[in-house]
Amino acid sequence: MLEIKDLHAKVDGKEILKGLTLSVGAGEVHAIMGPNGSGKSTLSYVLAGRAGYEITGGSITYKGEDLTTMSPDQRASKGVFLAMQYPVEIPGVTTLTFLKTALNAQRRARGEKEVDAVGVLRLVREKAAAMKVSEEMLKRALNVGFSGGEKKRLEILQMALFQPALAVLDETDSGLDIDALKLVAEGVNALRAPDRAMLVITHYQRLLDYIVPDRVHVLSAGRIIKEGGKELAHELEAKGYEQIIKDAA
Amino acid sequence: MAAIETREKVAELGDKYKYGFVTDIEMERAPKGLSEDTVKYISAKKNEPGWMLEWRLGAFARWKEMREPNWARVHYPKIDYQDAYYYAAPKNTPKKQSLDEVDPKLLETYKKLGIPLHEQMALAGVAVDAVFDSVSVATTFKDKLNEAGVIFCAISEAIRDHSELVKKYLGSVVPVSDNFFATLNSAVFSDGTFVYVPKGVRCPMELSTYFRINANNTGQFERTLIIADEGAYVSYLEGCTAPKRDENQLHAAVVELIALEGAEIKYSTVQNWYPGDENGLGGIYNFVTKRGDCRGARSKISWTQVETGSAITWKYPSVILRGDDTVGEFYSIAIANHFQQADTGTKMIHLGKNTKSRIISKGISAGKAQNTYRGLVSVHPKAEKARNYTQCDSLLIGGECGAHTVPYIEARNPTARIEHEATTSKIAEDQLFYCLQRGIPQDEAVSLIVNGFCKEVLQQLPMEFAVEAQKLVSISLEGSVG
Repeated sequence: MLEIKDLHAKVDGKEILKGLTLSVGAGEVHAIMGPNGSGKSTLSYVLAGRAGYEITGGSITYKGEDLTTMSPDQRASKGVFLAMQYPVEIPGVTTLTFLKTALNAQRRARGEKEVDAVGVLRLVREKAAAMKVSEEMLKRALNVGFSGGEKKRLEILQMALFQPALAVLDETDSGLDIDALKLVAEGVNALRAPDRAMLVITHYQRLLDYIVPDRVHVLSAGRIIKEGGKELAHELEAKGYEQIIKDAA
Repeated sequence: MAAIETREKVAELGDKYKYGFVTDIEMERAPKGLSEDTVKYISAKKNEPGWMLEWRLGAFARWKEMREPNWARVHYPKIDYQDAYYYAAPKNTPKKQSLDEVDPKLLETYKKLGIPLHEQMALAGVAVDAVFDSVSVATTFKDKLNEAGVIFCAISEAIRDHSELVKKYLGSVVPVSDNFFATLNSAVFSDGTFVYVPKGVRCPMELSTYFRINANNTGQFERTLIIADEGAYVSYLEGCTAPKRDENQLHAAVVELIALEGAEIKYSTVQNWYPGDENGLGGIYNFVTKRGDCRGARSKISWTQVETGSAITWKYPSVILRGDDTVGEFYSIAIANHFQQADTGTKMIHLGKNTKSRIISKGISAGKAQNTYRGLVSVHPKAEKARNYTQCDSLLIGGECGAHTVPYIEARNPTARIEHEATTSKIAEDQLFYCLQRGIPQDEAVSLIVNGFCKEVLQQLPMEFAVEAQKLVSISLEGSVG
């Protein structure tokens, strides 16, 4: 599904990713763990194609295609989804309008028929109950005045709605209390599927108690320095990043 | 390969202003330039009574003594008032009895403009008084309005057929000597719309006029007069477009609204005059005086405007809150892209007791455009417990445009309560990225964000026009993020 080879990337002229190599197959859930400043968020933005994140070397292949030549909206319509750490507020645009616009833009790009307002509402309602997203939330402006938990639930609702092939979850646990975390994790787990790959980016092992990964990668200074099964997350929790990084060196 | 790309680009540019076509119809014009003779020519063409000619000549005499104002934040080369035509009309247009008699080319033009003049109008329930350059050529729905006692006609017709009403109200809100452009209009106005809604009548449909400047080098000076008698209600929509031309064209309109006791007037404008090209060549100079008078107690006047066109916009739809317990509202979206300049806002003059005004202004600047909100809230000594709420929000797209807010507040009664809020923001990169990540292409994302920013104002428009306005907002800003 996703092949990243010797990836180098710069932000504001500073090299953040320094030869990152990673392979995620269909149906797999991989966790990327790393200390602050290791390049976790940069990796997620590079995958999504955010402006200002410049690839200076290496390659990203997604479903056999070169991902780096696609615009961010093209990537989205081809099934790349990034659940953001800080979902953005858009005043005056209701959540439902936003969902409808996004869904239909993706469908249009894929040459599929657009869904009318009634159809979108039906689809959204189907997914909203599981994420405890109320009708009232759907009528409010996108993310405006939403609590941290509401914002993250809405991100997962969107993931359920768009049915991406590759979902990148950037620090989805940040700012969540334990109940909200469980709810979000259940939502994510429900979306595990043989034709879907997930990349769960997190600082803490806590999230991985609920979303159990197939593989864990430790990111430090822009490179993967250690890989392992789900037990690696517990080892990290016990030893701390500093020790693991020292051991790997 | 390169050549093909260039051609495609040119074609793309050409498509941006989709109202930029010219209708080839033989025109009848007044001699070039402005003199007493021009004024007499226009008056004679309109078969006006003597009092109207006197009124015009009086205005012309005043105008000669006046100077063009220069306080607005707009810059343009000096206008040569002698180098323009002040009257142009399609030839051979005796008054039409029905739409079938109208030149099919004209109807074709309206069709291109997307004005559903025939059966679509019936569906939409809108009566249209279409102004083509200077003569009103087709009026629909007259019968239904007649039944309700509503007078909706060309002002030239009203001057002849309803002269008592016109005499009583014309110039009573915007006096002949009000300002340079209004005075010019008073001297040479060629046509426009007249509405009278009698006592206690709720106008049974939205009234609408589409203005369109077609002829080369012609100023368009419409005059609109709307009177809502005691307890009456009327909603009026004005839409404007003009063809593409390299030279600038002057448009100096005057609109007067009078609301008597307990009456309500809602006046909406969608202004899409040709804004000039990407390099600032051509475009309409839109110098307009619009004012409403809440003359009777408990009356209400509400202005809603969506201004996306014109090279220069100089426009301050205002409300005089004369009666006690009157309400004035101003909802505005002003979009300036490329080299457009907009200096717009409102004046709320509180004279009566318990008068309330509300101002919501949304200014959007892109390209190298300059957008200024200029507003006055004035509370006079007798206006006990006057209230005003003003909210001015500016949105900047790109780094070369400007937004300016110039609020004037005069409170001469200690019980006045005046609130003013202003914000300036940019379309944030993170908002754009969020939309893109969810699959929404750039232009659509900008349009979504801007329409969200304008929502409070768009909501004020009549339903069928709100959709059109939203589209217009999108078209005006296509390609503005780079």
